[in-house]
Amino acid sequence: MTDFTESGSRTKEIKLRDSIASSKRPKPPGALSSTLTFATRALLRIKHVPEQMFDVTVFPIIFLLMFTYLFGGAIAGSTAEYLQFLLPGILVMTVSQITMYTGIDLNNDIRKGIFDRFRTLPIWLPSALVGALLIDVIRYSIASVIMIALGFMLGFRPEGGMMGILVAITLILVFSFSFSWIWTAVGLVVRSEKSLMMISFMVLFPLTFVSNVFVDPKTLPSWLQSFVEVNPVSVLATAVRGAMHGSLTAGQVMWVLLASVAMTAIFAPVTIYLYRNKK
Amino acid sequence: MSDRYDLGYRLLRRLVIRKERVKGMGKEGQFLGTGDLAIEAKGLVKIFGKQRAVDGVDLAIRKGTVYGFLGPNGAGKTTTIRMLATLTKPDAGNARIFGHDLIDEGDAIRSRISMTGQYASIDEDLTGMENLVMMARLMGYGRKDAKVRAKELLGAFGLEEAAKRQVKNYSGGMRRRIDIAASIVVIPDLLFLDEPTTGLDPRSRNQVWAIIRALVGSGTTVLLTTQYLDEADQLADRIAVINHGKIIAEGTSGELKASVGSGTLNVQLIDAADQVPAAEILEQQLSVPVHYTRDSTLLSAQINDPGLVAGALGVLAKEGIAISDFSFGRPSLDEVFLTLTGHAAGEEAKREEEIS
Repeated sequence: MTDFTESGSRTKEIKLRDSIASSKRPKPPGALSSTLTFATRALLRIKHVPEQMFDVTVFPIIFLLMFTYLFGGAIAGSTAEYLQFLLPGILVMTVSQITMYTGIDLNNDIRKGIFDRFRTLPIWLPSALVGALLIDVIRYSIASVIMIALGFMLGFRPEGGMMGILVAITLILVFSFSFSWIWTAVGLVVRSEKSLMMISFMVLFPLTFVSNVFVDPKTLPSWLQSFVEVNPVSVLATAVRGAMHGSLTAGQVMWVLLASVAMTAIFAPVTIYLYRNKK
Repeated sequence: MSDRYDLGYRLLRRLVIRKERVKGMGKEGQFLGTGDLAIEAKGLVKIFGKQRAVDGVDLAIRKGTVYGFLGPNGAGKTTTIRMLATLTKPDAGNARIFGHDLIDEGDAIRSRISMTGQYASIDEDLTGMENLVMMARLMGYGRKDAKVRAKELLGAFGLEEAAKRQVKNYSGGMRRRIDIAASIVVIPDLLFLDEPTTGLDPRSRNQVWAIIRALVGSGTTVLLTTQYLDEADQLADRIAVINHGKIIAEGTSGELKASVGSGTLNVQLIDAADQVPAAEILEQQLSVPVHYTRDSTLLSAQINDPGLVAGALGVLAKEGIAISDFSFGRPSLDEVFLTLTGHAAGEEAKREEEIS
């Protein structure tokens, strides 16, 4: 251990002096540069804490296997047939659920104090969030690819082909990026990671289950049907199913984009405002 | 004066000269009209719920000095510097930082300040090197320059060997140093340090002090908070004692000490049975109240007139009261705090969280 405060360590003292003297103030970074720096930070965190990839690898695999074999026989008569219906939906559900980790990461930053450091920097403030979200989009892609690959092994045969799958994934990514802003806003308000988990569970559980992900809404009571129809998760699941099975309509795409734009337009400014004005 | 301080001072005189040369070329001149104050605050107030965490704080802090906020947990120290660092908006009052308006010119202020929070404000999952490179990039350094700067800082802070280790595996002292290093990637004109040495061992604390002195030598203004009276005494040019959100005393450490009287006399008796007669004699001779302490052989008194002390001790000897020891000195900041607030520093609500 080095100690520059005692005799015989003059070199340390000189190094300290030089490091102070050689400081210069460069021009503050542009928005793109700082966003990429924050994206790099997220990548480095994945490198150092690879466990955090469980939510986009193990979690989707468990979900897909569990629901295919649990409900397949009961709902559709056979698991292979049910998989054609279920896979697009469960992909939407899984990715929607892991969007909340964006909020958890931000909440941790606040509690650990690094958040305050970022806020005293002369940077375009949203870059801290946008940089992290960009890497999250990569994580969502990984989850999607893993689930679709596993689906193929289990007998998923989409009629929309490769093109359909790419369109489906793109829709999911756009939607999830927008959805994440809700969790960043919540992450800035709640006190702890635990309360964030609880809130997200209370929102995500009904939102993903009371949708058309598992069952055809026609079997539901009419009051529940009307909720399922406006549920953004259903809207996305319908479009993704359409894309994968080659029956996508412009209307379905429009609704997904509309929901995404609406979420971003409301929650991105709220997040930035809270970020800037957090006590 | 210690060798360390002397060395730091000499080394840094050269730095100051260099720094001034750089400044002359910059656009600093346009703010010179605001005088030589780094911080000028008027009536800062912050309210959390029903509690006035900061209750009308005025400050005038000169450029290039160390200013210490001294006070117990929950006194409002952290909240005050968070307001000054643009992290939280005051509910009333305003301040100018280098002449910039705290509320309207946040960006201009942020480009000249740096803050090291109470808890390590770095990414613990990343290595020391990665953290500093990230900070350098965020300050606007190019990719290559950022690495050079990070390496240089790691060397200067004695952290080369730990460069590739995740910060979560650092010791408390190393953490504090990497944290301060991250704050001075670009040497700020004003550095906020929130309890920079809380929880550090004496050796690490000395290292942090050396860093602070070196920075001040280069012209940086430092505003630090501390619960440690000796730290404020050692480092700060001026000290504000804060309690319940208010500044209750302000001045140099000498002024603060002088404001509570000449000093304290402690008399250690050999026989506890002498306690009462000894106290009576001292009170009579010194004409100030004498305090009994928990130790029944120890008496203490706040002295107004130091000239009376020798005579009083003489009377004790004449009356046959044996003493084993006595001390008389200028009051410590601890005593200053006790006198000003009526309780010892840190005694109040130790578990009470600092509101932030």
